[in-house]
Amino acid sequence: MIPRHFVIAIAVLLIAVLALSGYAWHMRKTAASTPVASTDTRPLAPPIAGPSEQVTLFVAHDTDGSLRAESAQIPMPSGRQQRAEELLRALLSLYLDKSSPHVLGAGAEVRAVFLVDPGVAVIDLNSAFADKHRSGVLVEELTVASLIHTISANTPGIQKVKILVDGNERDTLAGHADLSSFYDVTAVNQLATQLQSTQ
Amino acid sequence: MPWTSPKRAPTAGVPRSAGVPPAIAGASRPRWPAASLLAAFFLAMMLSSVLSGAPPENHLSVYSVAANYSLPIVQRDGRQYVGLLEVLEPLGKVSAKSEKWGWRLRYNNVEGDFQVGKTHARVQGRDADLGGRFLEENNRGLVPVTSLTSLLPRFLGGPATLHEESGRLFIGSVATHFTASLTADNPPRLVFHFTSPVNPSIATEPGALRMTFSREPLVAPASPTLTFGSKAIPSAIYSEGNGMAVLTVNASIPVIASFSTDGRTVTISPTATSAAASPPPPSPNPSTSVAPLATTTQPTPATSTPPPTTIAPGRRYFAVVDASHGGDDLGETLSNTLFEKDVTVALARSLRQELESRGIPTLVLRDSDASLSLDQRASLANAGHAAIYIALHAASNGRGVRVYTALLPFGGDDRGTFRSWTSAQHASLPLSQSAANAVAAEMQRRQIPVRTLAAPLRPLNNVIGAAIAVEVAPQGPDSSQLTAPDYQQLVTSAVATAIAATRDQLGAAQQ
Repeated sequence: MIPRHFVIAIAVLLIAVLALSGYAWHMRKTAASTPVASTDTRPLAPPIAGPSEQVTLFVAHDTDGSLRAESAQIPMPSGRQQRAEELLRALLSLYLDKSSPHVLGAGAEVRAVFLVDPGVAVIDLNSAFADKHRSGVLVEELTVASLIHTISANTPGIQKVKILVDGNERDTLAGHADLSSFYDVTAVNQLATQLQSTQ
Repeated sequence: MPWTSPKRAPTAGVPRSAGVPPAIAGASRPRWPAASLLAAFFLAMMLSSVLSGAPPENHLSVYSVAANYSLPIVQRDGRQYVGLLEVLEPLGKVSAKSEKWGWRLRYNNVEGDFQVGKTHARVQGRDADLGGRFLEENNRGLVPVTSLTSLLPRFLGGPATLHEESGRLFIGSVATHFTASLTADNPPRLVFHFTSPVNPSIATEPGALRMTFSREPLVAPASPTLTFGSKAIPSAIYSEGNGMAVLTVNASIPVIASFSTDGRTVTISPTATSAAASPPPPSPNPSTSVAPLATTTQPTPATSTPPPTTIAPGRRYFAVVDASHGGDDLGETLSNTLFEKDVTVALARSLRQELESRGIPTLVLRDSDASLSLDQRASLANAGHAAIYIALHAASNGRGVRVYTALLPFGGDDRGTFRSWTSAQHASLPLSQSAANAVAAEMQRRQIPVRTLAAPLRPLNNVIGAAIAVEVAPQGPDSSQLTAPDYQQLVTSAVATAIAATRDQLGAAQQ
């Protein structure tokens, strides 16, 4: 004969196991149905303070392989370096939009821009920018020309530009556009003129 | 583990210590019966045969950035084995320890555990297939040679390529490539250009000159047999075996080899006697003098052959076609099953055919799924002084064809007459733009949408002669058009026609 208290204890444990199983199943279902953010969208820096200014962004368009000048009103800080960073971030926000004419991979960011006298700009992109970039001569060239022409047109005095990825040198953006050397701003501006004509 | 000369078994004759009775040498003694002499002779022949048939000791040649070395290969269980510790020793800090449960090897911070008789090992906690049993002999860990291609990347963090049949192991991108071209002299000279200095051992025999590369990571051209269309030097054959690469130049005249440009160039020339005895030159035909890599030059059609006066003496007029990407570099993924590197090879082959049908000898830099660095591509184009370098790309984005010339980087560190590598294209840029415009005009004539642009695209800026890149996109939304032979031929035919039309200009620039 099994003691009564032993039977009660087993019954209680069985009920507890069943209840916990049900709860675990419920939690798993809830977790599966909750969308996970693909990128960390938490802010890292305070909002930019400064008066809004009208700037010209040179936006790449994949449909006809062109670069088009577009005006934008963005808050601009007073520092020269911070202004350059905000310009490129404004440009990237266009590219990261779903309806962008030149889509960049999710999570693409400009980590920093450094302006070094005389006339040197260093653009530091994050790895998502390069790793998720589409491959192709024209599509990569449009990105590079867009970044460099936008920063040089709005920041006088820049003669050469170096592009880094996560603070390191990289051979190419996505297999084609060379990132190993300094870009000659004069040559890129001539290229931008070529790209603004779709012929 | 220095380089060692392979030990060879005697190939002929009977060694003195071979056990042949001294009486054999006494054949002159008249009292020996003829039957005994005959028996002794057959015994000697059999012994000689056995000795000469002994297998030579096999070696594994290892080529890496850190060191080039040779290791003995041993046969176990019908497989080729090599000591793993010995393979890794010249490459970094390595130690091995025999434990109760097996054998542990540590290379820098990577640990591998091996158990005798097991066909799998654990490297950094991950399973590694050895393709054969692990063996331990005198505390030496032996692994099948074939397992090195999977084991070494785990330890070294980089790729390793094994030429199993010839016993040659390449760690990283260390391969030395070469081109071969015949000069227009009479009798001609065969010039080999290598991407790195070489120092082969050279042997001559009637009808052939053999260069043996035991220390150099020389790799095969697209085709092992190079033909030159010359009676004096009709062909050269590349082969590999027992850790060595061999280039055999077939020649109907006595030839000698000479080295220049710090060992990067080897010139096979007729000896003085054969040069003096050669007949006077026939009518000049400059375009048939080049046979780079796997290209077999074709007779030049009379209609497309320019006057020979446009070519500088000693300079060959030929084009270099570069199928971009290759190996691990896939280029753009055009569809789930189609990579840019595959389309560019097909385009390169088509363009070679189109150029050669117009009398322009063509060197295709990549005719297989090989991996070539951008520097190697530029070096190969520059070494042969190609009249034009054409890089081929494919893209799903956009429509039609884009023709690019170099967008030169800022400045460059030119020192006097020495040009910077990054802006080597500078002097030839107008010529490149002229060629690009000619290609674009021909595309337009054929109603193919086309644009000409500058592009920051290596190695265009490293090429010293005319250099363009052609990026081919489909004419519609369907990327599969890129694989259609008729579309490929439409594009390559237009490029070849334009290059042939600018031949005078490009050839003059070579002078």
